Amino acid sequence: MGKRTVIPFGPQHPVLPEPIHLDLAIEDERVVEAIPSLGFVHRGLELLVEKMDFQEMVFVAERICGICSFMHGLGCSLGIEEIMGIEVPERARYLRTIWSELSRIHSHLLWLGLAADAAGFESLFTHSWRVREKILDIAEETTGGRVIFGACKVGGTRRDIDGETLVRVLGRMKDIEADYRSIAAVFRDDYSMRHRFSGVGVMSREEARELGAVGPTARGSGIARDTRELGYAAYGGLDFEPVIEDAGDCYARCMVRVREVHQSFDLIRQAAAKIPGGPVEVKVKGFPEGEYFSRLEQPRGEVIYYIRGNGTKFLDRFRVRTPTFANIGPMVKMLAGCELADVPVIVLSIDPCISCAER
Amino acid sequence: MPLLPIVKMTKTVMKSLLGGSACKMYPARKPTFFGGTRGPVEIDPSKCVLCGLCAKKCPAGAIAVDREGKTWEIDRLKCIVCSLCADICPKKCLVLRNDYTPPVTGETKDVFRIEPVSKEGHQDQGKSKG
Ligand code: SF4
Ligand code: SF4
Repeated sequence: MGKRTVIPFGPQHPVLPEPIHLDLAIEDERVVEAIPSLGFVHRGLELLVEKMDFQEMVFVAERICGICSFMHGLGCSLGIEEIMGIEVPERARYLRTIWSELSRIHSHLLWLGLAADAAGFESLFTHSWRVREKILDIAEETTGGRVIFGACKVGGTRRDIDGETLVRVLGRMKDIEADYRSIAAVFRDDYSMRHRFSGVGVMSREEARELGAVGPTARGSGIARDTRELGYAAYGGLDFEPVIEDAGDCYARCMVRVREVHQSFDLIRQAAAKIPGGPVEVKVKGFPEGEYFSRLEQPRGEVIYYIRGNGTKFLDRFRVRTPTFANIGPMVKMLAGCELADVPVIVLSIDPCISCAER
Repeated sequence: MPLLPIVKMTKTVMKSLLGGSACKMYPARKPTFFGGTRGPVEIDPSKCVLCGLCAKKCPAGAIAVDREGKTWEIDRLKCIVCSLCADICPKKCLVLRNDYTPPVTGETKDVFRIEPVSKEGHQDQGKSKG
């Protein structure tokens, strides 16, 4: 047994996409313990509710994350709508579902690119992002924004997708999916990805449950938990099952995401087939009074919004528990006992979004 | 190593070798924007009545309306291109241009002098970089 050394890792490190600091206690090449510290990009967005109209807060919430931004706006809107008893039109619910799934596809494709990059497979990385770009084009065409859609608001959506655009987009999506299929096959079958990710950062089902893992991190360990099953937006009317893998290693988490992209394509098709006509928003009158926890499934897992209104236009409290925050515990567990060289891959495998976690 | 996986990636590689570029070839080719793309806010100074609603509602605090000085000012770097101001302006004098905000290296405040159209139809409006 070697002497114990502590290696500081991050917040700025060539392999880290986001600023998290880890103190890695190592013996020889093996990590004995990892102690995370956060707080490098804290922005204090939650406190903004004190001086920002609750309807404008949706725009701020959208900017909590630069990837799954639509779902942040949605979480905020859902909470406020629930408190105020607003019945969102059916069409808006379907639109929200379509845009949520678009976000999920582009978020997962971004991650898949980063994963390929972490494995040193650069051409796969660029191909993942090439496909992602086409999804971003669809987002821009339907909402006006590439990543920050700005399409959600309290009481419905700010934009509608007309029938012609929807048909055109669905047609394009068919080609994109075929394109994606050839890339997914590489992730599934290629030796390099499997070699780098298999058996690394294993977390058992029990551990994942105990540590409160969420999203693909939990589903990669065989826990069939997906907040979309609660049926918010239009998910109640769509047919899907949580994607799970049993191995609990980085490769399993990668496979969950690979398969979830297919699932999202399918959900968009289902939603587009079922979307009813009608208005996309209702007028919002009065101010929220009361509290609510809204929960929804983001690409990284379950996000929880706690919102408390006091009957004025400013909210009392606004609290966001992002999926990355929930997944830091499981990540620390995976890191204990791993090889030093595997640390970047394991950190990446939970799809960390540290700036979300710090809001 | 089994042969099949190599073939998998080869297909994609061949496609990119033989197919055209995946890039949009900017700036050699002019970019096209979608109809709904949100870009920088533009104002029609002849319609604005300096009511200040846009400044009050802007989530980023990017707009400053000076009633006395008769100016309407926007901080381009603060603006998050949400289009809330354009939605709520009672005079509908704000629009979001249909392209991306150009990159900047310095001062990003655009000040517009708001002056109603005079009788002769001559309009004295000036945009000055502040
Ligand atoms: S731009 Fe519109 S909202 Fe803003 S001050 Fe002028 S009239 Fe009012
Ligand atoms: S687009 Fe949004 S951020 Fe920009 S000036 Fe208008 S309200 Fe403010």
